[in-house]
Amino acid sequence: MAIDINEKIQSLCSEAQIETGSILQVTVPESGWHTFASALRNQLGFDFLVTIVGMDWKDSYGCLYYLTNTGDNTHIRIKVIAANRENPTIQSVADLWAIATIYEREVYDFFGIIFINNPDMRRLFLSIDWKGYPLRKDYDMNPELNPISTESERQSDFTNVYTQAADGSIECNQKRIFQPDDFVVNIGPQHPATHGVLRFRTAVDGETIKKIDVYMGYIHRGVEKICEGLTYPQTLHFMDRLDYFSAHPYHHCLCMAIEEAAGITISRRAQVIRVLMDELSRIASHCLFIGTYCMDLGATTMLFYTLRVREQILDIMERTCGARMTFNYDCIGGVMQDLHENFVPDVKALLEILPANIKEYNKIFTGNVIARNRMEGVGILSREDAVSWAVTGPSGRASGWACDVRKTDPYSIYAELDFDEVIRTECDSMARFKVRMDEMQQSARIIEQLIDNIPEGEYCVKVPKVIKLPAGHWFKTVEGCRGTFGIYIESDGTTSPYRLKIAPPCLPLAAVVDHITTGSKIADLITIGGSLDYIVPDMDR
Amino acid sequence: MQDLSLFTSWFHNTLLNLLGHEWIAVTLECIIVGVILLLLYAVLALFYIWFERKVCAAFQCRLGPNRVGPWGILQSVADMFKILIKELITLNHVDRLLFAVAPYLVIIASMLAFAVLPWGNGLQIIDFNVGIFFLVAVSSIGVLGILLAGWSSNNKFTLIGALRSGAQMISYELSIGLSIVTIVCLAGTMSIGGIIEQQRDLWFIFSGHIPAIIAFVIYMIAGTAETNRGPFDLPEAESELTAGYHTEYSGIHFGFFYLAEYLNLFIVSGVATLLFFGGWMPFHIPGLDAFNNVMDYIPSVVWFMGKAIFLSFIIIWFKWTFPRLRIDQLLSLEWKYLLPINLFNLALMVAIVAAGWHL
Repeated sequence: MAIDINEKIQSLCSEAQIETGSILQVTVPESGWHTFASALRNQLGFDFLVTIVGMDWKDSYGCLYYLTNTGDNTHIRIKVIAANRENPTIQSVADLWAIATIYEREVYDFFGIIFINNPDMRRLFLSIDWKGYPLRKDYDMNPELNPISTESERQSDFTNVYTQAADGSIECNQKRIFQPDDFVVNIGPQHPATHGVLRFRTAVDGETIKKIDVYMGYIHRGVEKICEGLTYPQTLHFMDRLDYFSAHPYHHCLCMAIEEAAGITISRRAQVIRVLMDELSRIASHCLFIGTYCMDLGATTMLFYTLRVREQILDIMERTCGARMTFNYDCIGGVMQDLHENFVPDVKALLEILPANIKEYNKIFTGNVIARNRMEGVGILSREDAVSWAVTGPSGRASGWACDVRKTDPYSIYAELDFDEVIRTECDSMARFKVRMDEMQQSARIIEQLIDNIPEGEYCVKVPKVIKLPAGHWFKTVEGCRGTFGIYIESDGTTSPYRLKIAPPCLPLAAVVDHITTGSKIADLITIGGSLDYIVPDMDR
Repeated sequence: MQDLSLFTSWFHNTLLNLLGHEWIAVTLECIIVGVILLLLYAVLALFYIWFERKVCAAFQCRLGPNRVGPWGILQSVADMFKILIKELITLNHVDRLLFAVAPYLVIIASMLAFAVLPWGNGLQIIDFNVGIFFLVAVSSIGVLGILLAGWSSNNKFTLIGALRSGAQMISYELSIGLSIVTIVCLAGTMSIGGIIEQQRDLWFIFSGHIPAIIAFVIYMIAGTAETNRGPFDLPEAESELTAGYHTEYSGIHFGFFYLAEYLNLFIVSGVATLLFFGGWMPFHIPGLDAFNNVMDYIPSVVWFMGKAIFLSFIIIWFKWTFPRLRIDQLLSLEWKYLLPINLFNLALMVAIVAAGWHL
């Protein structure tokens, strides 16, 4: 199989250099990249762009494209080096994978690599007048260059499109984002329905949405840049602060990546504890989703019903981890502390009340005729679009895409566990709601299987005091509460990462809002945005 | 049954004897009634705010206000005091006159409606032959206030809220009007006293057969929509438009909108009580004289308030249970379903009345 792909790749692009390892890696020259990408997409079926990692190799800039074939679930990593270090350019693949538009904007924002033919080449997170490209290794961190402004940020109604002429010269064209006579309503950054500081500039025609322009970065903290200056154990605690509802799975992901790189094997007890915590936080996260989503739709009372269950889970976490929000529980080699003595009875009590609660939610909300009218057939996202926009997690599965990392690439002990991947094919907001409702039951099933079988043993194996990773690169994904969460680590053999890239599930979720909502009503923006369930700190990082 | 008009006419005669001139007496009475009405208005609004918070808390497994005064009853008094001492922020780029007038229009609309509500036996400020018509007319002024508020604020959210509100209230006024006409048809009079008198033996909800029940259900739906309350609270849909048409208001101007919303809730329930549950009329069953006599011992004011508050409770229950409709669903509910049903219902009622089948 692997050889087969190698031959095909070689025939597609004769200049490609292929390296096999844990993941197939292909290095292609910049000039042939777009043709090769289009062949990868259309002939070899790599239809899911997991992430684009911008890189500064000191002598050159470039990108790493992680691609997945959703049919046979093979992965590939493509390395493209930008032609010119002074004015780095790479051909855009936004026409092949829709999500590349946003990913390339992110790379442009941090590395200054210009993507030719990207329809929207603006900064994504940083302000329009930001000087420098922060993730470049030679970035000047002098605060005087980018002082904290007390003025309103400048805003442009234009975006840039770079095109390359036949003679190789690059031309920048300005393109309008909105038409001059559009009625543009500013939803956010401080708005009850954006679930955090996210801003939608929404062009409306009466109550109908014509176009949405998403502005992110209001709480961008530069976690990736900060991590480059920290030791590996220090980078861990940032994982609590991305998607704060998936703190456990995210911690799990980074720990797994570091453990794999450092060659640490953790005890079975720690594995079971990590999975238990992941699934508990999934139930808590989905509970909160249901509550806030119903509240967005005007049914405030549901919030209190779901928060009751979440509260119980947070109490369990608090007893073991000592915190209710930023747990910082998984650590390299296992977990921070052993389980609290009441953990098992507490979890059993939770499992006992959960089915009755889910039944109650369905009774009060799911069957309600207003709720059904609001959600059914609203915000249709087809499977092709979901893959193209990289909408993973419950939202992707509601579009009929089997994208659960726990099933596709089982990590930790998930392969031994008996649970179903919840997939629906209605592709609408109601499906996204119901997937989460059913996933809570599946998570409960997983917990049921484990809670009586927590093996004895050490909860944290002995690890070296100073953790140094060998030179190399690792990419790990886990199933967060909102989708596929990936961590890319590139190490040059020191105690801190050379590059640590976080591939969050919520960035595509926010990016796809414009695509889904065009032509819907303003009220549907709330329904759709709520059903996608993005978390702003996760996309902003 | 105690008739409070005995007291009012005694009071009028005493004043007349004391002052000697009819017009002085009437002027004085008007002032007294006005003051009482204002006080009642404030007290009722405060009661309703407290009531809704308590009811909503009960639905949501909470306690609700419980610190200020026994059972937290002084909480809304404290809140109102806070709103009174808050600054009225003057905004730039607003239409000053309309911006200032709008809250008063809203509050005047609901106050005028108070004039014709039957508070008790003989306790009604004016009872003239087109009372119910007057009620419908004055309560329509409210939408003007909301439209002006949304327009004059010079804010896109308030404008959308106001437009939604305009579309919603004008649509649902049709349903309210038609439900009322159905009952007027049954009663044969538009006078409020007359309608109540007709229900001496049996309330209309029981005597009006199925059309009265249909009219009642439609009235409750349309009434909820008319007061901009959930599930029809689109004009101020918090998750979409922050606070809708009154986003830019502060201090007591905001308070006026807030009060008017609760008072409209009371008015809608009060009118429902009047039309379907006999207003202040006690619960009578024809033929059971002993039972009817016992019922008469309960004061008429208690009957009216009790029924009105119970109906408000149902409307509050809607709000805290249902999700919000979307604007097109809201309008299609009215124009495609409620209006045709209502017209058919009216025809049915006319047929029943003409044939003399009603009890």
